[in-house]
Amino acid sequence: MKSLYIVIMGGGNIGYYLSKALLNEGHEVLIIEKDIRACERLEDELGSCCMRGDGCETAVQSEAGLNRADVLIATTSQDEDNLVACQVAKYKFKVPRTIALVNNPNNEKTFKNLGVDATIAVTNAILEHVEQQIPAHPLIHLLTMSGKMEEVVEMTIMKDSPALGKTIGQLRLPADTTIALLLRDSERPRIPDAEMVIKENDRIIALTTVDCEKIVQKTLLG
Amino acid sequence: MQSVDMSGTESLKSKKFIVIMGCGRVGGKLASMFDAAGHKVTVLDLDSYSFRRLPPTFNGTALIGNGTDEEMLRKAGIEEADAFIALTQGDNRNVMAAQIAKQIFKVPRVICRIYDPLRKDIYEQLGLESISPTEVFADLLFNRLEKP
Repeated sequence: MKSLYIVIMGGGNIGYYLSKALLNEGHEVLIIEKDIRACERLEDELGSCCMRGDGCETAVQSEAGLNRADVLIATTSQDEDNLVACQVAKYKFKVPRTIALVNNPNNEKTFKNLGVDATIAVTNAILEHVEQQIPAHPLIHLLTMSGKMEEVVEMTIMKDSPALGKTIGQLRLPADTTIALLLRDSERPRIPDAEMVIKENDRIIALTTVDCEKIVQKTLLG
Repeated sequence: MQSVDMSGTESLKSKKFIVIMGCGRVGGKLASMFDAAGHKVTVLDLDSYSFRRLPPTFNGTALIGNGTDEEMLRKAGIEEADAFIALTQGDNRNVMAAQIAKQIFKVPRVICRIYDPLRKDIYEQLGLESISPTEVFADLLFNRLEKP
């Protein structure tokens, strides 16, 4: 495997564990951290892999050698700082891949529109796990397609569902929504055809978009 | 006398809707100036206490909220705005909000305050109209003393 030069902005918990893992994989890692004491702690533990400074500043990124970096990962708790660090790296130093941590889930779409290559929405990630742990939750997010606003969701049909007794073909779903799988009791999961009638306790897996999610939920769950 | 009349009708004819993010000294002052000139103004700030800077005669809207949040900007009426000005204390917050206004909401005129001159240069190159008060004020002082 090719060893990459990875620059991580923010030496908090995420920055620290990320560096540790990436160093173990044999990559060259540099952490940019504002706080001098955090820097010292990181260096004590990980060796000389930390630079003190504001990772949003051009001068700091230049000194950190961003022009030869393969990846920049911005991991601070401030979304706007993560955005600017990624943009400076991308547009000033032509870093091929920029990844930002997104704290406010509403910012995920914004960041993609503004040129960040990949985003990691921590709040959403935790939320998805919480949904899966709560059996009564009507709509569960299973997967979000990277880069696009498409997602895979799971819905369980309850006895008050407006879709109960209808066939798949009768459902009025948005155009970019596909019912991918139907799970019933102990039967094998199957790809439903238009004639199949929806019963109580059916679990439906659908491919949809973030924008259409609400309509899908209303059609199937009420 | 005639020129005063002209400017009066001019400003009424072209009534604009201006959204200002950050009601600090500059934001508050600017909001009251546009308001006094007859424009529609909405000013956003995270802290309601900063609205004390608006004069009692202020006719515009003061809104508590984060201008880097698309939903909040929509509530502030950004979709109808003629101009958006980002004036918080944080360069990065200003840059983020200004880009949302320009690229996502297509506001016709967007101006962004960026204290850091180097960061300002990058975002100018990326097409964001920016002003660095640091540069402006240093120039001003320099010229005063150097070229009296």
